[in-house]
Amino acid sequence: MSSSSRHKSAIRSTKTVFGSPQEGCISRKDLLTIKSLDVRDIELIIDTAAAFHEVAGRAVKKVPALRGKTIANLFIEPSTRTRTSFELAAKRLSADVVNLSGSSSSIMKGESLVDTGQALECMGVDLVVIRHPAAGAAHTLARTLKAGVVNAGDGAHEHPTQALLDLFTIIRVRGKNIAGLRVVMVGDITRSRVARSNIHLLIKLNASVCVVGPPTMIPPHIEKLGVSVSYDLESALKGADLVMILRVQHEREQRSLFPNIQEYARLYGVTRERLALAKPNVLVLHPGPMNRGIEISTEVADGLSSVILDQVANGIAVRMGVLYLLAATRGAKGVGGA
Amino acid sequence: MAQLYTSDILIQNGKVVRPGMSTTVANILIRSGTISGIRRGLKTSAQCEVIDAKGKLVCPGFIDLHTHLREPGFEYKETIQTGSAAAVAGGFTSICCMPNTNPVNDNKAVTEFILEKSRLAGLARVLPIGAITARLAGDELAVIGELASSGCVALSDDGHPVSGSLIMRRAMEYAKALGLTIVDHCEDRELSKHGVMHEGEVSTTLGLLGIPSAAEDVIVARDIALAEMTGCRLHLAHVSTSGAVRLVREAKARGVSITAEACPHHFILTDEAVGDFDTHAKVNPPLRAESDVQAIRAGLADGTIEVIATDHAPHASEEKEQEFDRAPFGISGLETALGLTLSLVEDGILDLESAIRALTSNPAKAFGLDGGDLREGGKADITIVDPNEEWEVDPSTFRSKGRNTPFAGRMLKGKVVTTIVGGKVVFSTNKDI
Repeated sequence: MSSSSRHKSAIRSTKTVFGSPQEGCISRKDLLTIKSLDVRDIELIIDTAAAFHEVAGRAVKKVPALRGKTIANLFIEPSTRTRTSFELAAKRLSADVVNLSGSSSSIMKGESLVDTGQALECMGVDLVVIRHPAAGAAHTLARTLKAGVVNAGDGAHEHPTQALLDLFTIIRVRGKNIAGLRVVMVGDITRSRVARSNIHLLIKLNASVCVVGPPTMIPPHIEKLGVSVSYDLESALKGADLVMILRVQHEREQRSLFPNIQEYARLYGVTRERLALAKPNVLVLHPGPMNRGIEISTEVADGLSSVILDQVANGIAVRMGVLYLLAATRGAKGVGGA
Repeated sequence: MAQLYTSDILIQNGKVVRPGMSTTVANILIRSGTISGIRRGLKTSAQCEVIDAKGKLVCPGFIDLHTHLREPGFEYKETIQTGSAAAVAGGFTSICCMPNTNPVNDNKAVTEFILEKSRLAGLARVLPIGAITARLAGDELAVIGELASSGCVALSDDGHPVSGSLIMRRAMEYAKALGLTIVDHCEDRELSKHGVMHEGEVSTTLGLLGIPSAAEDVIVARDIALAEMTGCRLHLAHVSTSGAVRLVREAKARGVSITAEACPHHFILTDEAVGDFDTHAKVNPPLRAESDVQAIRAGLADGTIEVIATDHAPHASEEKEQEFDRAPFGISGLETALGLTLSLVEDGILDLESAIRALTSNPAKAFGLDGGDLREGGKADITIVDPNEEWEVDPSTFRSKGRNTPFAGRMLKGKVVTTIVGGKVVFSTNKDI
């Protein structure tokens, strides 16, 4: 079966798509954005992740699915959690993994991203997982490489595997029917790649999304993505099914976005009292790392509604699914199937 | 450099486009670098080169008020030689080059270097624009009098626009005495800080930091107030917002002495051209919203914006093949400007004579330059255009070192076939020059 003609590629036509799309195969060489995925791709990734999820519970947490494949984690922007999650996912699939960070790589010596990527490709790397502070960096790389590229977060643009693991987490608790769920997303929407990927994903699945934060953190024309906007957390929380809390960055550049962190917490911090306005079975998600007492109170973080630790655990299964779907069929036509 | 045509030239049977006059078929005779006659059926008994311009437009040589030639300092991007070659291929017989070189053109030595290099290139007339402030640093005036006397035709801190309102006031007062136009790239660099594209729906989707329209409007408003106060002649570079068009229209109605330019990319493309992080569409001011494009087209149509300039900003390919945030701003524009400008005629925005005026006599007036017209006794700077030739933009054929254009692959109608500077043919599609 081939519905690949409907798939719109996220990148322009210079790249090569390896292998013909077939059932159980993802019809693209890269995962760059949620925006470019269609619902069928999303379902395939979630189903594949579910199949891998039980591996984590085994005594021997390993399957031979990607034996002989090589995956490079190119983390130009520092990250502990996401890199570890990708590394464990690759290792549990029996792939060979190399880790390159911004501080140790030749990028520090002035090498361009494209040259770094080409060098990795020449060493036989099948997939490059990239985290980069510049929006679009994964596209820049994907345009020039035959190897597959997984975007592990590019600036404020997208973080597709985070949104997929959030969805996976929601589905495991609430089931597959996402349509009609009322989602509140609170925090710095302007500078959040997690927000953008989740907005695209939830809107594709017909959830209703309200973004909340001070106007300094809500980007212009965000409603064109299909969301509503509120500056008042309490009114937005009424009747919510899901609350997605974003990390507040309170480093230098953010200074003019709000007067101080206490005022942010007072206006936009999710507390137990505020959460009581949502539906009784509301789920609370946070991509981590959390600022307890600022965007989320400890009671909420550790409360019954919180699925924050499930998100971390599920991240590995979802990344196993993504890596498998992109790497398994590469270079071996006809090999595929979950 | 060999003189290719030392003899007289007779341009026969072309449609002669003269600013302010109706277009008629006539012959033009060039003698010793000047136009000696424009008449229907004009002949000469003397030995001369004949150019058959039947079906072609014979226009005054185009004048670009906004070119970056990159030399001295960035010869890997462009040189005065390659930039001049690109200019004449695009029909420009005069180009005004911005001072953001290294060293900056803020003194006589750099001005003279540019003039000497352009003389050696022997192609377009290169008219340097001097810096407003020393080193473009924005804190003290450059030696404006020295720049004027050594050949600078205007003043600008383009690329590093003057932030301080007081130093801008002083520059305008000072320039007024010397009769120099101040050219400003209007950008409030606090509002635009870290921005890499227009702030709007596309920047929101891509997660790129935006440059809001207000960053331009704020400085346009300031500059108009200062021009009104000082009486200095002000020229606004590359107007990109509907707000700026409105402010200029209103100021002109009050009689403020200002002129404004638009670049082809700003009246053709929107921020949608950035697509999936295409750095060829990264330019400053940025490609803006559809409503801005429409406002600029309306501004061109009603004469609020009277000049079309290229903001030719060549870069090396490896500089553009980077992360969007890191790639430099700019579009290589000299070789596509005519075709893009003529699309305004196709679209009914401008008539042919007004379109040519925006490339010739209007820029000449804005800077008080000689030229931009065709008249007996005037210098023979002439561009001959085939208005019907359709061609595809292929950056690999550019004379410019800068292949950075968002127009690659676009079909354009209207091509320069011959360019004459001072009576010498410096570009021709028919002859191997």
